[in-house]
Amino acid sequence: MDFPNDLKYTKTHEWVKTEDGVATCGLTAFAAEQIGDVVQLELPEEGQTFKLDEPIAVVESSKASEEIFAPLSGTVVASNMDLEGEPEKVNESPYGDGWMFKMEMSDESEVSGLLDADAYAKHVAELKEG
Amino acid sequence: MYTPHTDEDIRRMLERIGVGSVDELFARAVPGEMLTSGGFEDVPEAMDLASLIKTMRALSDRNTASCIGSCFAGGGAYAHLVHPAVDQIISRSEFLTAYTPYQAEVSQGTLQAVFEFQTMVAELLGTQVANASMYDGASAAAEAALMARRVTKRNKVLVSEALHPEYRHVIRTYLAGLAPEGVEEVLTIGYAKDTGATDTVALAGRLGDDVAAVVVGYPNVFGVVEDLTSIAKAAHDAGALLVTATAEPVSLGILEAPAVLGADIPTAEGQALGLPVSFGGPGVGLFGCSKKKARHMPGRLVGRTVDTRGKNGYVLTLAMREQHIRRERATSNICTNQGLCALAVTVHLSLLGPEGLREQALMSAANAHALRERIAALDGFEDVFDGPFFNEFAIRSKRVPVADLIEGLAERRLLAGPALGRWYPELANVLLVSTTECLCTQDMDALVAALREVGR
Amino acid sequence: MSEKKPVDTRHRAVRDVVRHVSFDEPAVFEKSVPGRRGTRITPPGRSLPDPGAWLPEAMIRKSPPGLPELSENEAVRHWVRLSSWNFCIDHGFYPLGSCTMKYNPKVNEAAARMEGMARLHPYAPESGAQGALELMWSLERALACICGFDAFTLQPAAGAQGELTALMMIRAHHRAQGNPRSKVLIPDTAHGTNPASAALNGYRSVAVESGEQGILLAGDVAKVMDEEVAAVMITNPNTLGLFEREIRQVARVVHEKGGLVFGDGANLNALMGRVKPGEVGIDVMQLNLHKTFSTPHGGGGPGSGPVGCVEKLTPYLPVPRIVRDEDGSFHLDEKMPGTIGRVRSFYGNFGMLVRAWTYILAVGRSGLGDVSGMSVLNANYLMTLLGGLFHRPYDGTPMHEFVLTDKKLKKETGVQTMDVAKRLLDLGYHPPTVYFPLVVQGALMIEPTETETPETLEAFAGALERIVREAGEDPEVLHEAPHATRLGRLDDTLAARRPVLRWTPGDEEDGNAS
Ligand SMILES: Cc1ncc(COP(=O)(O)O)c(C=O)c1O
Repeated sequence: MDFPNDLKYTKTHEWVKTEDGVATCGLTAFAAEQIGDVVQLELPEEGQTFKLDEPIAVVESSKASEEIFAPLSGTVVASNMDLEGEPEKVNESPYGDGWMFKMEMSDESEVSGLLDADAYAKHVAELKEG
Repeated sequence: MYTPHTDEDIRRMLERIGVGSVDELFARAVPGEMLTSGGFEDVPEAMDLASLIKTMRALSDRNTASCIGSCFAGGGAYAHLVHPAVDQIISRSEFLTAYTPYQAEVSQGTLQAVFEFQTMVAELLGTQVANASMYDGASAAAEAALMARRVTKRNKVLVSEALHPEYRHVIRTYLAGLAPEGVEEVLTIGYAKDTGATDTVALAGRLGDDVAAVVVGYPNVFGVVEDLTSIAKAAHDAGALLVTATAEPVSLGILEAPAVLGADIPTAEGQALGLPVSFGGPGVGLFGCSKKKARHMPGRLVGRTVDTRGKNGYVLTLAMREQHIRRERATSNICTNQGLCALAVTVHLSLLGPEGLREQALMSAANAHALRERIAALDGFEDVFDGPFFNEFAIRSKRVPVADLIEGLAERRLLAGPALGRWYPELANVLLVSTTECLCTQDMDALVAALREVGR
Repeated sequence: MSEKKPVDTRHRAVRDVVRHVSFDEPAVFEKSVPGRRGTRITPPGRSLPDPGAWLPEAMIRKSPPGLPELSENEAVRHWVRLSSWNFCIDHGFYPLGSCTMKYNPKVNEAAARMEGMARLHPYAPESGAQGALELMWSLERALACICGFDAFTLQPAAGAQGELTALMMIRAHHRAQGNPRSKVLIPDTAHGTNPASAALNGYRSVAVESGEQGILLAGDVAKVMDEEVAAVMITNPNTLGLFEREIRQVARVVHEKGGLVFGDGANLNALMGRVKPGEVGIDVMQLNLHKTFSTPHGGGGPGSGPVGCVEKLTPYLPVPRIVRDEDGSFHLDEKMPGTIGRVRSFYGNFGMLVRAWTYILAVGRSGLGDVSGMSVLNANYLMTLLGGLFHRPYDGTPMHEFVLTDKKLKKETGVQTMDVAKRLLDLGYHPPTVYFPLVVQGALMIEPTETETPETLEAFAGALERIVREAGEDPEVLHEAPHATRLGRLDDTLAARRPVLRWTPGDEEDGNAS
């Protein structure tokens, strides 16, 4: 399973890409596979602010409904509205067209608390065994 | 009575399981001290079939007010024509004795019927989508108020005093648990004493950025048709949603669809469209909204899809809104809804067609307007409201107490009502009279004659 | 010599299966022909006025609702054809766990259709509705006696609305004690309506894990029990079909901290006439008359969800209450100072109450224990017949239902619960409840009910044996099932991704689902 090196990860399976103080976030390939065919999403609205670990979005498949937690603190500057019409992008392209929202970070030091690709891959391997 | 087991069956089954008796089976499953020592005095002894039918018939016969004669009673339950085919269809075992359609491949009958129901309800209400049914009109209105709170993320709900009082009561009950201690989140907006319509000045005065929804009857409990266009504008200007509750859905045969006039979440009670009054239940709640808001909707939804061979079929869908997937984050707790009643409405409407429904509405309204004129002309009676109305109107008895009036009518096998004084002290001697297409000139002559005699 | 023919799974799959009637039938709107009529409404010769005579122009409908235009014959044929696509109890065995799909007696239907019942207006004067009021009063008394409670309300329209009503009463009780409290404890085996009802009433739900034996342990409850917990919601027997043996201890733990015990009465069928919930610590409980009391499920309702309670909660019951006067007559009382209010208009799904009362009169006092007795006997017999065919996650003598899983089958053959369920359709059975309770992976929840004969159970066990055999020999047959139904498996994902929730003009019959 693919966990790109240029991304950071959370234990709750969000990925984060930071650029100029803005974090783009989505669901990892592992999580997308676990939840199954995504059929709908509830995304945050522009301008809303969230603290680290607060519920920020909901991803729904025909058999489950999972909350997504804010991987960092900040203000939402964009949500991927294309997913409203094509939720399958979360499964098909989790790190590309399947991105979910962008946040302007309020505390960039939180980035250091995220996992790198190796650590996340290890975390996933443990879950699979457990 | 309905257990098929012979003594030999039971013996054979116990032997196979390896226990001595049914009681022993219970002793294994349940700690002995929890078994009851009995005491079932309030459960009658079993009856043979003939006595059973006789007993039920006797109970039925004691409901002497059942509208075998002419029914002028309304207030949310209406004795409209029900096509005899409706009961024949909904009595078919295939519809009657199936569960909620979880196994789509063997439930296509129910599923397609619900899809057709959703379409017809959306057509009546003027919305893009409608759900698979709510418990009744009143709880549908309450769930609409809850949905408006979810959509707007605001808390206050403004309810018209001219909305059916039982609907208002249900809304208050549903919302009571969600408000912080001591805070009243459901506020009442009065009605204009001359027209019987919601007081739009008072409404405008209370609207603000804390209001999630405005709820009005359409027509309201006095039978008066509210001016939805201006109420919707006021609500929308303040960022609130308009919820409408139609207790008399036959009106929608001639009234403009509520969503067309600006209602965001129109709801209705469907009983008048194919179900008997049945002492107030079961009926069926109708509930519609825009496609965009569909994911906030309570209740079940059926959608069209394809099967493995590419053929069209139907399934329960958008289930992630619901309790079995979302549990405490669900948009409502509805599981069993009013499926068979929704089917009855669908069958009925398929037999009426748009023209049949329109004629039903026109005849009901024509009867009401003719009747009101005749009653108001009687000595001892007067009109109460002058707002436009559909098939229901309030009439004041100037001399005789309304209770005596109702009794006098009952003696003549006539039923009207309810008396509005039960909810509105200022309308102490006011009776609601309602009409359907089933009433003929002789029926109305009889009511007028009876009122003339009793009300003097 | 002869070349090996390609295997025709479909051919093999439809050997000895049930054939389903299969007319194709489009959406009713596609049968519509402008000008066709199914019902004459207006008497010949009567002309109808224009609504403009009474209503301002803006209030009048501009275009008629898009209802279909059909003759009576065409309409009836449409509905009868649709009905033929349904499987129902009257077709065959319907062991849908947690749903109590028992036989729905026909005399119930006759009673509910009697003129005095069906045509009684809810605002008829009480003097003219004495039969209905007496029926409701008697039913309340009988249910209270069956459950060991002091009083019942018949108002809620279904089980879930009953749960909500009960939680509102619980809130009212705690408010009266000075603190409405904020949490409700819910075991992980609970039905989804439990947490949803709690949320709808403003309570946060706290999940409590069941112990290794599949039941709730008083010790686990004690760990999370505090003075912010309004109630625990217990289903007994629980959704694993197991009696909650520690219910009294659980109740004690909860009561000691001032909490209340809510019982989800969906499974009363296992207890009727033998265990009274009110005697084992439950304070308030909803029933599902469309399960235990034989009223038909109607393809999704109407149901009826009466709520019973112990004495201290009676002030909070919804209004109106039915009161019996000294002279033996009945009236409705709206004035109860403590009441939570009302959860629907009028008095309840009266038509269902008539059916339930008819059922109680047919079963009678001494028949109550047979209902639970034979339902538990049937469940245990069927489980015994199945032997080790499927993995059973929790031991213990089951009551009216039991839960199996696909663990063993999946490991050995790759065949899963959904495949088993769909193949059962081919063999003429409604599948059990699948994938519930959520705590059991790949659950198959089987509830035979008391109205089935041992022959039926034996045949059903035979069908499951055949399926397990097929799984070993020819798993494709199962993965592709059902084969004998009018439609194959339906695409749930497509339905949810591209919702088509209504018919629109221009829709074609085939292949136009997006
Ligand atoms: C255990 C349990 N609780 C509650 C319910 C909800 O009841 P209803 O469908 O009548 O609302 C069900 C129904 O399936 C159930 O099985």
